[in-house]
Amino acid sequence: MSYVLIVGAKSDIAKEVARVYAKNGYNLYLGARKVNELEEFKTDLEVRSSVSVELIELDITAYETHQSIYESLSEKPLGVVVVSGYMTEQHKAEKSWDESLNTINVNYTGAVSLLNIVANDFEEEKRGFIVGVSSVAGDRGRKTNYIYGSAKAAFSAYLSGLRNRLYESSVSVLTVKPGFVNTKMTEGLALPQKLTAEPIEVAEDIFKAQQAGKNILYTKWIWRYIMLIITHIPEFVFKKLSI
Amino acid sequence: MSLQSWGMYPKVENEVVKFTSQAELKEQVNTADELIAYGNGRSYGDSALSSTLVHTKPYDYFLDFDETEGILHVQAGVLLSEILEGIVKRGWFLKVTPGTKLITVGGAIASDIHGKNHHIEGCFSECVEEFTIMLADGTTQRVKKGEELFLATCGGMGLTGVILDAKISLKKINSQYINQTTIKTKNLKETFDAFEEYSSLPYSVAWIDCLAKDENIGKSLLMVGDFADDGDLRYKPKAKLNIPFNFPSFTLNTLSVKAFNWLYYWKSQDGISKQQVHFDSFFYPLDSIRNWNRIYGKNGFTQYQFILPKESSFDGLERILDKISKSGKGSFLAVLKLYGKENKNYLSFPIEGYSLALDFKIEDGLFELLDELDEIVVECRGRIYLTKDVRVSKDTFEYGYPHIEKFRKFRKENNMSEKFNSLQSKRLGL
Repeated sequence: MSYVLIVGAKSDIAKEVARVYAKNGYNLYLGARKVNELEEFKTDLEVRSSVSVELIELDITAYETHQSIYESLSEKPLGVVVVSGYMTEQHKAEKSWDESLNTINVNYTGAVSLLNIVANDFEEEKRGFIVGVSSVAGDRGRKTNYIYGSAKAAFSAYLSGLRNRLYESSVSVLTVKPGFVNTKMTEGLALPQKLTAEPIEVAEDIFKAQQAGKNILYTKWIWRYIMLIITHIPEFVFKKLSI
Repeated sequence: MSLQSWGMYPKVENEVVKFTSQAELKEQVNTADELIAYGNGRSYGDSALSSTLVHTKPYDYFLDFDETEGILHVQAGVLLSEILEGIVKRGWFLKVTPGTKLITVGGAIASDIHGKNHHIEGCFSECVEEFTIMLADGTTQRVKKGEELFLATCGGMGLTGVILDAKISLKKINSQYINQTTIKTKNLKETFDAFEEYSSLPYSVAWIDCLAKDENIGKSLLMVGDFADDGDLRYKPKAKLNIPFNFPSFTLNTLSVKAFNWLYYWKSQDGISKQQVHFDSFFYPLDSIRNWNRIYGKNGFTQYQFILPKESSFDGLERILDKISKSGKGSFLAVLKLYGKENKNYLSFPIEGYSLALDFKIEDGLFELLDELDEIVVECRGRIYLTKDVRVSKDTFEYGYPHIEKFRKFRKENNMSEKFNSLQSKRLGL
């Protein structure tokens, strides 16, 4: 069975994505920094679903390594799911350029570096799928998290262009825009329960949307409508709001 | 966010802590005044509620699967549904499973759950080869069958420590389908006779009509069966329906009355009928409806489950069913089952005899009614199931569980009584 490469494999969402693909018979490459910390998780997937799992040491911001890492994969993947992300605290990023730059690099620059390589390969093979986990935060910049949000906005725009380019090569590109998700990244935040998804729900939504060849996925689905409203608030009103 | 139990009653505030490693858990055990493990929240009452809950579900790795021996090693937060997703395709099944697969392995051990095959296979602890548990001082211990910690922990409602992982033995199957026979009975005598007649089949359970009166008391549909042998193991779990809000509570009985009558009058026309059904609908009919607990309304509900020794079962059940039908309370449907021999665990529920389980929505006058039913249970030398309970009195509980003093002593000697407590353990002085 084909391999799927999951990038940023340590996150709660990525782990559930890995489980869903494994459950459906896909072998996995799990890419992350300090990837050996995923040894037990690798065993979990192998025992659960009898698939092959390989751990790939991968730093999304070590751009110069991406080409050789991709070429070293024992078998080229059928799909790539980029889950790597970094959510900074807005006030920290405002005061620290390093923090801002890291947010941009993890959420955007690194993903571009890696997906450029993947896209060239898939385009040539005329097959494959790419899933990028962006965020609803990229749909409109808000004062509470626009550094993170603008990096995600750039990533969403990149994925949109990539989809456009790869359409003719039968390569599908799915942009995932999760709303609130109950993960380590959001621990301690008071999230409204009805709008907050569990990582497993997000993962199942991603798998279904990817298999169906969808373009953009909001998860939970209600976020499509929340963001529709938010993006339609006129700027002269929006600039006065605290949301 | 506070967690609640399946019955959504009582509603209490609690602090929820998680762990992904033993070191993290150790720190929590050492720092918390007292706590109780909480798995997937499917126990009905207050047995997994406390001021501090250790949420074990995220501790959910599969560790090993020995396919020659059929021994699976998993962490305690793994759900039975996840196990089935992994093993059915490979020709294995759980030896013992309750009526929901949405429980954790840790919870299955702590409740020493049982299923439709109790009369053949016993409780969940029968298939537990060994487990690891974190004790009150933060140390971990491997526990094997026969040890006192095993007897106290299986059925011990999480009151001996936090179960970390377990090795469980599985059974071979050669189909994902069950050959089911449905037997229609007109009264309790016929129902009992049918249970005995079909007791060599591994799985059996009856849906009993609680509104039936007088000579019809005990009118039931008995469903018995065993796995088919057609080699079809291509298991793909189905998507679930969702109940997105709390129902107005009057809808339920109307719905279940209709469902039962439809089955009773049409599905098994000549008294006995045969069907082939998927194991999911045979074992877990309600799991296909996510949040079905919401159908009882926002005040919540409780499930009253008791068991009576065989010799007093007939008389006792007749009296209890009569009282329930006259009270006008209670779900229209109840689940009746013949159990096999009891095991040696200190607080496991099953004894040889008949058990009845039915739901009641929380309302005025309910607990008074249940107290009256308890009197009959006590007279019949029966007992109440802790996993479902939220209100039984200390006296009634103690009459039913002769090993309770051993359990209390064991807890005390090992400093468990200060560290591991639930609302239930405090209520009953466990």
